[in-house]
Amino acid sequence: MSGATLKAPATNHLFEGADWDFPLMQRVYDAVREVAIDDLGLNVFPNQIEVISAEQMLDAYSSVGMPLMYSHWSYGKRFVRDEMMYRKGYQALAYEIVINSNPCISYYMEENTMAMQTLVLAHAAFGHNHFFKNNYLFQQWTDPNGILDYLEFAKRYVAECEERHGEAAVESILDAAHALMNQGVFRYRRATKLRLGEYEARRRERLAQQAESFSDLWRTVPQSASAREPTLSEQEANERKQRLRLPEENLLYFLEKNSPILQDWQRELLRIVRNVAQYFYPQRQTKLMNEGCATFVHYHIVNQLYDKGLISEGALLEILHSHSNVVHQSGFDSPHHSGMNPYALGFAMMQDIKRICVAPTEEDREWFPDLAGREDWRGALRDIWANYRDESFVRQFLSPHLMRKFKFFVLGDKAAEKEYSIDAIHNADGYRRVRNALAETYDIGSQEPDIQVVDVDLLGDRQLILRHKKQNGIPLAEGSRDKVLKHLKRLWGYDVRLQEAAS
Amino acid sequence: MPQFIDRRLNPRDKSLGNRMRFLKRTRAQIKQAVDKAIRERSIGDASKGGSVSIPNDGINEPFFHLSDSGGDRQRVLPGNKEFVSGDRIQKPNGGRGGKPKDASDDGDGQDAFSFALTEEEFLDILFDDLELPDLIKASLKDATLSQYRRAGYSNDGTTPNLNVLRTMRYSMSRRLALRRPRAAEIQALEDELATLRLNESPDAADQRRDVELIAEIERRKRLQRAIPFIDPIDVRYNRFSRVALPRAKAVMFCLMDVSASMGEREKDLAKRFFILLHLFLKRKYDRVDIVFIRHTHEASEVDEQEFFYGKETGGTVVSSAIEEMISIREARYPVSEWNIYAAQASDGDNSGGDTAYCIELLEANLLPLVQYFAYIEIAERSEGGGWGSGNGKELWRGYAELAESAPNFAMKKVAAPADIYPVFRELFAKQKVKGAQP
Repeated sequence: MSGATLKAPATNHLFEGADWDFPLMQRVYDAVREVAIDDLGLNVFPNQIEVISAEQMLDAYSSVGMPLMYSHWSYGKRFVRDEMMYRKGYQALAYEIVINSNPCISYYMEENTMAMQTLVLAHAAFGHNHFFKNNYLFQQWTDPNGILDYLEFAKRYVAECEERHGEAAVESILDAAHALMNQGVFRYRRATKLRLGEYEARRRERLAQQAESFSDLWRTVPQSASAREPTLSEQEANERKQRLRLPEENLLYFLEKNSPILQDWQRELLRIVRNVAQYFYPQRQTKLMNEGCATFVHYHIVNQLYDKGLISEGALLEILHSHSNVVHQSGFDSPHHSGMNPYALGFAMMQDIKRICVAPTEEDREWFPDLAGREDWRGALRDIWANYRDESFVRQFLSPHLMRKFKFFVLGDKAAEKEYSIDAIHNADGYRRVRNALAETYDIGSQEPDIQVVDVDLLGDRQLILRHKKQNGIPLAEGSRDKVLKHLKRLWGYDVRLQEAAS
Repeated sequence: MPQFIDRRLNPRDKSLGNRMRFLKRTRAQIKQAVDKAIRERSIGDASKGGSVSIPNDGINEPFFHLSDSGGDRQRVLPGNKEFVSGDRIQKPNGGRGGKPKDASDDGDGQDAFSFALTEEEFLDILFDDLELPDLIKASLKDATLSQYRRAGYSNDGTTPNLNVLRTMRYSMSRRLALRRPRAAEIQALEDELATLRLNESPDAADQRRDVELIAEIERRKRLQRAIPFIDPIDVRYNRFSRVALPRAKAVMFCLMDVSASMGEREKDLAKRFFILLHLFLKRKYDRVDIVFIRHTHEASEVDEQEFFYGKETGGTVVSSAIEEMISIREARYPVSEWNIYAAQASDGDNSGGDTAYCIELLEANLLPLVQYFAYIEIAERSEGGGWGSGNGKELWRGYAELAESAPNFAMKKVAAPADIYPVFRELFAKQKVKGAQP
């Protein structure tokens, strides 16, 4: 050992100590970029790298990570809580925050050592950045070019409203809108409106199809009770629903367009909240993949840097120490267990996909014929990052190898039974069931209540009827349900009724 | 190319606005929490701000979410050790389905929300609707003194205010600009003329020089006369203007009976009241002096340590303390500069006949001068929280009459630490309701 330390090798390390400055950050950025772009083939937005203090990080926390946000007391609430947690040492702050915008803004804590800055540069400025730019959900639903301008507008608009209508009036609308935020997103693209010509063409096609498949025999089949002619009132209801495009699952959108009592500025506020919710919707669906991608990228890059001799062993060890803290997954019986760690599973799956590409086993060839033995693991991963979300990603790519490694099992919990049941474990019999069950837990559609506006008679009593479609008999949490309904009533102005329906 | 931006120097407190909104919204709850905190904590710590927790009503952010219990669900968990498919595990709680309780009913999953207040915020809330009695009067009328402050220079003024330096500077620059001959120059020429005249046989050149010198001297002397050494336009005076000063000083007299009848408990209660008063005055005034006067049958001014912890025995003559206060006030605290507050704590004993003298002293010498005189009587524990005056002791009965006639005199009874703060508030409440009974 002593011999090794005595030798003073001429190194080309980018840095030695813990201190960083901006020229050094630039040099490290260039080295990281070389690996990210030339080796991994990432495609990123231009980066805007901002160094901030702990206090500013707390500020960023409280405004849901965005550099600017309209004013609302709930952000203050988040701030005072985070501040206390941080000051008392219950909670450390994140090393970085990254924003899906163009240019891609990422925040770095000033306290980080240079080794940590290297890690977070690779993680945020390239890992997350690539994911934001390429994943189909983000491409479909967010506008990174416009988000900061939009928030700027929102902030100004809310401030103007407060000036004109008073803080309390604005607050009550925002409170109510926030309560419905999760029900304020479009989950599916709307059908694009056809032009008249296309519409005609399609109609003719349909008629031709009908004529082709016409069979006189059908006329002789007796009609079932359900297929009878709709009564007049039913017809009316159907027409009414069609006019309002019901059912509608985007409650905020529905209220914004149809609420009988809201004024224009109030509708605009709903629209702002709805747009912010929509902006974050892809992030909620891709937490596992997003973190997995970023963690995989930083892991690959720092190892490359080390192999090239650009960072010292000490720096690598510091980075790996922090890396292994981040990707730790505790078992279900550990006191530290708090659900699946998205970093751990995400990173493990990315590594596993690389392994399957490079060194597949017999089992892998059977499960992943498309991946196994594919030399270009970089391309394979890029492809996956672009085209999946958490739920489909797990359903498609969780390998038996990983299920064994994590020792997954499925715990069934039926309200009617006095016992939990072990429905499946990590064996040949259970792989698919474990995988499906896990994928299900990443599906926002099944983790969040399905609530839709089903009917309202605007010319009659204007009672708004919502329907919660229960899945597997799981009801809504009652306390919060009633409070949200109160908010909803405030926005609708008339009675609101929520039906619970079994699926 | 990446763009590096150093944001660390950006203005801080970006969240301050939202924080204020949050505090405003929860004002009522925070106030309760602060009131509770000040009752429970020792008063020295109470002012330090710190964490308070408030009930979640009014600040929860509900949203539709699925219940934790009911229905059929599957969880995928890592770290299997011994389970195989088909195993059954007893549910906790005798199988009443799912979790022990529906913890996250309001989306936050907590009954109380706790966070930290800064000292500033804490005290603001603590003193929310309190106001010093007559403070408005004092701050509008007597609380402003005026003082002369230097305010540059002026062209006119009185001789004592002449600014010599400034005047000479202008004079010199004027003399230089107008080329006023200096005295030394003329002297040199005169000397030259004198030496020339010493020569007994002057030649033609000398005579010419003589004439030249006389003319030159004459010219320069004329110039010197025409251009004065100090001209009225050079003269500058110091200028003063009156500046109104807020009277930012207060003195607080703490009077306490330390005779044998005052035990540890009584002193502790009195101390808390004094500390609270001090804290309160400190917020209102830039400078607060405290004078501690303790008395038995005779009074003396002591330091804080001695005041609370010194040992002294003797009889009880309250008027001795009041006399001491009067003399200290006269010697050190002129009313023109100081706002005077007094707080007296006692167990209510007094020697016979002295109470009447006390009242006389107060009425004649103190009450016209002080902003406020508060008397608290440390009641027996058995008297409970009572400010039900009962008959009270000697001093109480005597002061009771005074309290009715003098608006800046107040009195209360305190029996337990928890009473201090309500009593304090009552004493200093914005609108004093005389004789309000709970």
